[in-house]
Amino acid sequence: MSGDIRPDAVGVTLEDVSLAFGSTEVLKGVSLKIKPGEFFTFLGPSGSGKSTLLRAIAGFGPPPAGRIAIGGDDVTRLPPWKRNVGMVFQSYALWPHMTVRRNVAFGLEERRLPADQIKRRVAAALDLVGLKELAGRRPSQLSGGQQQRVALARTIVVEPRVLLLDEPLSNLDANLRIQMRRDILALQRKLKLTTIFVTHDQEEANTTSDRIAVLDQGVIQQVGSPMTLYDNPVNRFVAAFLGTANLLDGRVESAGGRAVFRTDDGTVIALAAADHAEGPATAMFRPQHLSIRGAGEVLDAPGDNAALAGRVESREFLGHLIRYAVAVGGHVILVDDTHQAGRPSFAVGDKVSLVVDAAQVRLLAT
Amino acid sequence: MKSLSQSHWGPGALALCLSLFLLVFLGVPVAKVIYVAFQDPNTGALTLINFVDFFHNSLFRESFVNSFYVAGMSVLLSSAIAMPLAYFTTRFNFGGAVLIQTLGIVPLIMPPFVGAVAMLLLFGDNGSVNLLIDDWFGFTIPFMRGLNGVILVESIHYFPFILINLSAALLNIDRSMEESAQNLGASGVRLFRRIVFPLAMPGYVAGASLVFLKTFDDLGTPLLLNINNMLAPQAYLRVTAVGINDPMGYVISVILVAFSLFSLWVSFLALGGKDYATVQKGGGGLMRRDLRRWEKVGCYAVVILILLMVLSPHIGLALLSFGTVWSFSVLPDAFTFAHYENVFRTATQYITNTLLYAGFAALIDVVLGTAIAYVVWRTGLPGRQWLDYVAMGAVAIPGVVLGIGYLRTFLDFEVPFVDKPLAQWWVIIVVALSIRRLPYALRACVAGLQQVSIMLEEAAENLGATKSRTVWRVVVPLMSGGILAGFVTSFATAAVELSATIMLVSQQSDAPLAFGIYEFMQSSAGRGPGAALGIIAVVIVGIATYVSHRIIEKGEAKRQAGAAIAAAAGA
Repeated sequence: MSGDIRPDAVGVTLEDVSLAFGSTEVLKGVSLKIKPGEFFTFLGPSGSGKSTLLRAIAGFGPPPAGRIAIGGDDVTRLPPWKRNVGMVFQSYALWPHMTVRRNVAFGLEERRLPADQIKRRVAAALDLVGLKELAGRRPSQLSGGQQQRVALARTIVVEPRVLLLDEPLSNLDANLRIQMRRDILALQRKLKLTTIFVTHDQEEANTTSDRIAVLDQGVIQQVGSPMTLYDNPVNRFVAAFLGTANLLDGRVESAGGRAVFRTDDGTVIALAAADHAEGPATAMFRPQHLSIRGAGEVLDAPGDNAALAGRVESREFLGHLIRYAVAVGGHVILVDDTHQAGRPSFAVGDKVSLVVDAAQVRLLAT
Repeated sequence: MKSLSQSHWGPGALALCLSLFLLVFLGVPVAKVIYVAFQDPNTGALTLINFVDFFHNSLFRESFVNSFYVAGMSVLLSSAIAMPLAYFTTRFNFGGAVLIQTLGIVPLIMPPFVGAVAMLLLFGDNGSVNLLIDDWFGFTIPFMRGLNGVILVESIHYFPFILINLSAALLNIDRSMEESAQNLGASGVRLFRRIVFPLAMPGYVAGASLVFLKTFDDLGTPLLLNINNMLAPQAYLRVTAVGINDPMGYVISVILVAFSLFSLWVSFLALGGKDYATVQKGGGGLMRRDLRRWEKVGCYAVVILILLMVLSPHIGLALLSFGTVWSFSVLPDAFTFAHYENVFRTATQYITNTLLYAGFAALIDVVLGTAIAYVVWRTGLPGRQWLDYVAMGAVAIPGVVLGIGYLRTFLDFEVPFVDKPLAQWWVIIVVALSIRRLPYALRACVAGLQQVSIMLEEAAENLGATKSRTVWRVVVPLMSGGILAGFVTSFATAAVELSATIMLVSQQSDAPLAFGIYEFMQSSAGRGPGAALGIIAVVIVGIATYVSHRIIEKGEAKRQAGAAIAAAAGA
């Protein structure tokens, strides 16, 4: 059935795209190359400009400065109805005065396709999203998940060059959200359709995307695969937005021929052997990059990695692990410890020793 | 959990009072009219003989067809006027949007029959426009001849019902509805035809059915244009000329009511209970677009042409009020203030009566409207929907019918201390006006209430506010825009009501503006002062409308700001 829906994948290129609403700059010189067939995500907090950027690609809102090209064609000045990019709206935007079948047929009718072909493709698209039986219903008679599928079917049936998804999962409950994101990904893989997904949810982004662009305040902070962004964030924002991070300000110094990181209050953290420039920096490591022991216990610290002495400020039981907030010097460092039934844990007020895995410490420009 | 008695006692008592009021002043008089129509005038027995007589009379048959034709054509013509105005002002960033929306309501301010006289002078066979056309092209156009005149005047007067409802419906369409269609390749006229118009259809049908009803039961316009072969004038003439006991007036009343109910039912079917309110959080209505230069020129040309036509009764009325003699000429011979001096010397009681009656009626309407809206939408009282249905049913009762019903029902009821039958006391005019205008106020109040999330009420109750305190401190302030809109609509339309008042005014000193204008307009010598009185009415209600329009707009801006904040927080 899906053989009916197979567009040739195209790439999307953004060159220096800027947009201001009055004096508020929403997009500030965004440049990106999205590859053909890629599942690409715009990830960022609200107000970061991610939805505005998606809408600019679809042709909604005031035309931005810069250039937007789809499959090599400059579409910057093209009205939405001439772009052939399919968009699934956050609210689904199903027309309440039409049945499911009529909703899905709409785009094909606008393209003046012969009736028998429309019928065939609508049936195929509804089949693809598993809603063949509900073709005669009205949107108000469908559940949220079903409406979502209709919106998807309505969009992909026209074989758009690019699929745009504007927070499509935000109106679904948690379990359905996970199911739907798997379905959407499976569909995207099947159709090999270049897809741009907008979300503020890092888990959604990580589980679906080939690559992610992290946006903040109208600027792309970093582009890369989910793992790259998590392991090697380029700045504090990306480090903190994707997962939990310990971020300590200080300087890189040389001690005995080796580079170490000294925080503002004098705590020293060893760095893996590498070419580190001396000077001010921010050290980033994640809670799972530390080990925690009782204050007196001997640590099997690799090399000459000194243990940090601290005191447990608070603890959260998260099921598979316990997250401790440990006061070290003037800082609070988060540490994750794997939880096993029966294994002793630390209480608030306990004195503890922490060892940082030097290989995992990242230095960010301040 | 609250005990049943605690939570139901207040609303129950309230619902009982509302029901009593509606029963006494709407149910009983209408039932009386229907009863008499089916009663043998001689024996008092129930019979269909009156209806048989009606349809055996060729004048009545002709009146029946004419009323139907005029109402249908008026709907078409008002749609042609209202649609472009509604579309331009909701779709484009248009300099004159506020002006159009305000001027668009102006026709409602003036009784259609006042416009009728001015329209005769402007568009009649010997009116200004035809004199000019004849001069330039050598022919004339029968704008005002026969039923054409009624259709033109009614359309110009009642098109705002479509304009207001259609504009509101267009504003309620979520932007994503339109964007998703554009995204799938639709644009321009096709986008409008396939998405925007169907979604606005409920609003359009609501407006169009109002136009049909109002035209169908309008009495003043055909009377002034001297068109008597329509149903409402026939009912009036039978009761006033032949007598309160003549059954034909009652038979026509029943037919008027039946047709009104029928067209309401049709519009209800057309809507089919569909819920098209599509605005999502942060949606904020249709996309507005800037016009290109040539588009702007085109839009303004259409708008100015329509507004000129719509304002022509007012322009004509102004000329008439300042003119000395105006006959067989494009403009009056000379201008004078004499008519205004005349009016302020002799006829100020019309103005004060109108302010009093319309003000009281509108006040009663918003109080009733708020109470009914709350009982129906926020309480679990059994049968509460019927309050809504009955109050809305007043839409289907033509003024002539209500007037006849009040005369028949309250003529025998002596008011204590006043020594007068209730049917001849001025208060009955206020009651009649409030019953007639209640449906408008009620719908405005319901719309206002529906914008108040029930969570906001629950939050107040959670913090210790009782039901009544919650209504007073949270619900009423939040629905104040709707209440104000209801008050203004009631006030403006009540101030110009004629068909019920013409039957209930028992002495000159009780007469309101509309009645005074009607009286003046009967003689050609009275036209000048009548027009002056009309202009005063237009100015008074016009100012009130404009001021409250601004207040509503301010509230709207505040709400939109709130919605934007919510959208930003949710995005």
